[in-house]
Amino acid sequence: MNLWQKLACAVLAVVLCASVAANWLAPAGYAKQYREATNAPPSRTHWLGTDEIGRDRFARILYGTRVSLLLAPAAALLSTVMAAFIGGFAGYLGGIWARMAMAVTDLFLSLPWLFLLITARALMPLNVSPLFSVMVTFLLLGLLGWTTAARVLCATAGSLRSTDFVCQARAAGLSKRRLFWIHVMPNLKPVLYAQFWISIPVFILSEANLGILGLGVAEPLPSWGSLLKELEGMVSVGEEPWKFVPLILLVVVVMSFQLLLSGQEQVAA
Amino acid sequence: MLRAKIAGHALVLVATVVLGGFLSATLVRLAPGFDADEQQLDPHLNTESVQALRAARQLDHNVWRFYFSYMNRAAHGDLGTSLALGQPVRTLLRDRAPLTLRLLSVGLALAWMAALSLALTAAWLRRSTYDVLTTLVSGTFLCIPAAVLALLSVLWNVTGSLAIALIVFPHVYRYARNLLAKSYTLPHIITARARGLGEGRVLFWHVVPGVAPQLLAVAGVSVSMAVGAAIPVEALCGLAGVGQLAWQAALARDLPLLVNITILVTLVTLLANCGADVIGHMVRGQDS
Amino acid sequence: MKRHQRMWGEMRKTCRRAIAVAVLCLGSLTGRAVAQGGGELKFCLRMEPKTFDPLKVEDEASAAIRYLTGGVLLRVNRQTQELEPELAQSWKVSKDGRQITFRLRSGISFSDGTPFSAQDVAYTVQQLMDPTLHSATGDAFRSGAGNVETKAISPTQIAITFPAPVAGLDRLFDQVAILSEHSSLREMAVLGPFMLADYNPGATVLLKRNPNYWKRDEQGRKLPYLDSIRLDIQANRDVEMLRFRRGELDLINSLDSEYFDKLATTSPQLVHDAGPSLDSEQLWFNEVAKAPIPAYKKNWFRSANFRRAISETINRDDLSRVVYHGHAQPAVGPFSPANKFWFNNKLKPQAYSPDAALKAMQSDGFRLENGALKDKDGNEVVFSIITNAGSKTRERMAVLIQDDLQKIGIHVNVVTLDFPSLIERMTQTFDYEAIILGLTNVDLDPNGEMNVWLSSSENHQWNPQQKVPETSWEAEIDRLMRAQASSTDPKRRKEAFDRVQEIVVVEEPFIFLINKNALSAVSTTVHGAAPVILSPQTFWNAERLTVLAK
Repeated sequence: MNLWQKLACAVLAVVLCASVAANWLAPAGYAKQYREATNAPPSRTHWLGTDEIGRDRFARILYGTRVSLLLAPAAALLSTVMAAFIGGFAGYLGGIWARMAMAVTDLFLSLPWLFLLITARALMPLNVSPLFSVMVTFLLLGLLGWTTAARVLCATAGSLRSTDFVCQARAAGLSKRRLFWIHVMPNLKPVLYAQFWISIPVFILSEANLGILGLGVAEPLPSWGSLLKELEGMVSVGEEPWKFVPLILLVVVVMSFQLLLSGQEQVAA
Repeated sequence: MLRAKIAGHALVLVATVVLGGFLSATLVRLAPGFDADEQQLDPHLNTESVQALRAARQLDHNVWRFYFSYMNRAAHGDLGTSLALGQPVRTLLRDRAPLTLRLLSVGLALAWMAALSLALTAAWLRRSTYDVLTTLVSGTFLCIPAAVLALLSVLWNVTGSLAIALIVFPHVYRYARNLLAKSYTLPHIITARARGLGEGRVLFWHVVPGVAPQLLAVAGVSVSMAVGAAIPVEALCGLAGVGQLAWQAALARDLPLLVNITILVTLVTLLANCGADVIGHMVRGQDS
Repeated sequence: MKRHQRMWGEMRKTCRRAIAVAVLCLGSLTGRAVAQGGGELKFCLRMEPKTFDPLKVEDEASAAIRYLTGGVLLRVNRQTQELEPELAQSWKVSKDGRQITFRLRSGISFSDGTPFSAQDVAYTVQQLMDPTLHSATGDAFRSGAGNVETKAISPTQIAITFPAPVAGLDRLFDQVAILSEHSSLREMAVLGPFMLADYNPGATVLLKRNPNYWKRDEQGRKLPYLDSIRLDIQANRDVEMLRFRRGELDLINSLDSEYFDKLATTSPQLVHDAGPSLDSEQLWFNEVAKAPIPAYKKNWFRSANFRRAISETINRDDLSRVVYHGHAQPAVGPFSPANKFWFNNKLKPQAYSPDAALKAMQSDGFRLENGALKDKDGNEVVFSIITNAGSKTRERMAVLIQDDLQKIGIHVNVVTLDFPSLIERMTQTFDYEAIILGLTNVDLDPNGEMNVWLSSSENHQWNPQQKVPETSWEAEIDRLMRAQASSTDPKRRKEAFDRVQEIVVVEEPFIFLINKNALSAVSTTVHGAAPVILSPQTFWNAERLTVLAK
């Protein structure tokens, strides 16, 4: 591990520990409303101020980290695995399989999945726990978010089919399955890592946007996405700069993931 | 062989577009709120009027009948009438498509220019500090909500294309950077460098052509990303394009408009991806 | 008289005439400069107008355009709330409330030059009362079965007879823009101060001065003063605010309270708080018998004690202060105190008293166990409140109410849904437990809410379409609403509606939360603006506004 990767590990560990220890670190519960101090700037009592209904922002970031840091990478992993199977296999097999898979992928890219998500919300009872609601949201995001990478993986796997080492392995009598897992799949890692890395913040932001459909995290449970939505109400960048803390935190965590992944790429190389 | 490939793609394209339209009609029809009209809540409306409003919505209940009649009319150039706006869909799309096309073209061009410049430079230099900096820049834009980027473009009085570019650029950069970096581990690249070939020559003559099919695939999907980004950007910036229309149609469950927009988006996506595939095959010079 | 004296006298006469002519010319030039150099007013519509046909108006954007372009027989002065003559010089409503006779102004033309007469009024009314039209404007006049008769007594006199008495008949004509029977431009030929000049779908609506507008100001100058009005279609309030701050817009007709405070900090002269509006926000429970919710929950929601207890637990002062930044007041009942005549001022807002609420619940068999409230059968009191996503104020109110109810052990799940899904649950599937929504009142007369209070109505939100009133108090409300609708005596109507308000406050089918204030922002370049609470708040006197050069 180089210095950057060690730093990345440390950052992720600190963030994870902070979220686990939120009960002790947070000055108040994430739902506690200080109605006399709404939209307050940072102070000794509220390190990052309070939101529009007086909830401590620092506490909400800590508790929100649990939701976003656990579920977003899980959903990203799901979408990456699905992309690997669908895109990777299709590209490897080639021919009619690739064509069909890519047609399905393109269809998937074009359909208004908003309405499937609305239907999913309708099928869920109204009285579900906020955690269940957000888990379902991330699951749906993972199931729908594989299409971009699948296309690129198909092209990559298609290119690999005609490379020397694959031809040699095939000539040597290696089975298709073994060929795919041992020779093709490792070479798909750059795209898989890219997909995983991109998906984390995209899913965190999407979860917040899905609040308009009744999905996503339900009040009063916070998530990074819901905290980032506060930025939408700012009419100038300079006012209330403390509202940027969730964005900075997300960037730092995403950077840390990328540094760790780039380390994995070097090891693979 | 190439002609056969193009013909095959064309057939798949038509079938996919038709299927896409039907599936979108089904999704919209089955989603809750299809029969709901905000006007029903007007306390001035009496019972007969409210029931008449509901009855008007019942006409499109049967998806098969709706889609069959839609295809029949579309074959004669009639794309139906928007329920929400009361105007012919054809007129709406014709009036708004140029703005969206302009937004997307400029946005995609900017995104690709930025992403490729940074990715190629990262591949050339192969310095971890540069990598960290570019990852920081692209990661930051990836983490900013699309609505905020759209609002910033209004705040700074810049074109909405810039917001689209900033939304698409991090995706393209990451894929491009990873693909280029991976190429440097290939045996023929190592050999070329070991033999003293200049870095520029290695990059542009050996690395880039090697990843061209994958980059073209990324180009294809970046069109879909840009189309998706156009919706919040146009809606927030008040730009009268197809993206804004799509958002209004979704909110109003406007079936005729949604089906047409889906078909349009499917067509654009397929053309982009098929084009990328075909060019990719030409570059690779082999059958898929 | 000597010759030189005669000459001097004539010279003086000539000079006086010349001066008089010069003054007249100067006066008319100046008047023209003000009247015709009034500038362009710019503001936003929050949505695309669905129609330019004034009879089919159903949305706010179309209503704004109708207000600016439509000529009406009578107009409710938004400032004084009094009814004033417009195209009709005078009017008379018959004692039985079934007939109204108008005496119209003469010499008036539509914007395309087509002359205006009683025939146009007759035509408009017939179109409006067409049973296939199904418009809110037309339905407001429908008081009973049968046809509406129009009789043009002369080109400037018309009598309109309805099959049954229509309460507040004359005031309803404020919403009826007169169409031309003969013009080839159809609804585009208008009698209002402005006419549609250009429409760019999704982007802008441009209205230009109507050159044939009949009205003049007190100095005899032609109205409107403004040259044009540009309406940009902009749904996002953050962008609207940005553009107003940059000077690209001249006014924001309905300003959110958080933006009011932001603007007030830097530019207090731009913001206006006209006081409590007519609008209210309320919470109600699902009392529909066939609703797909557990029977024990239906029992709770159908209990007036339960509803009153919930109402007592909600801290309305906090809702006003925290969510609306003090620009709202706790609501009492269906009408706000801003409705001076119809509001029952004997009523007071529900006091915040969670202890009393808990005691009342306990007397109904509810008990608190380990911080959770349970009913007499041991069911934990848990229910969901749904509201429409995108409304920050309603979402915040729901969270505050969630916190308030937690104090007496009630667990509330807040769910925000997109509007069509919410409407479907509310009006068709009845798959909800509690809702927070608002009521936008455009008219002062309670007859406008007939379809909310009648138990058989579609819009009787908590339990619509009852074949027979399911409770005695709903039967009483039905009787009182019908009584006030069929009476022409304002005093008797007021007594009946006062009683309706009293019943509603006791039974709480709607738990009224707050009446928000009418907030707006107007640039200092706009001269003549006087924001009011009735819609349209800021441009109700558009014909007399001018925009000075920046």
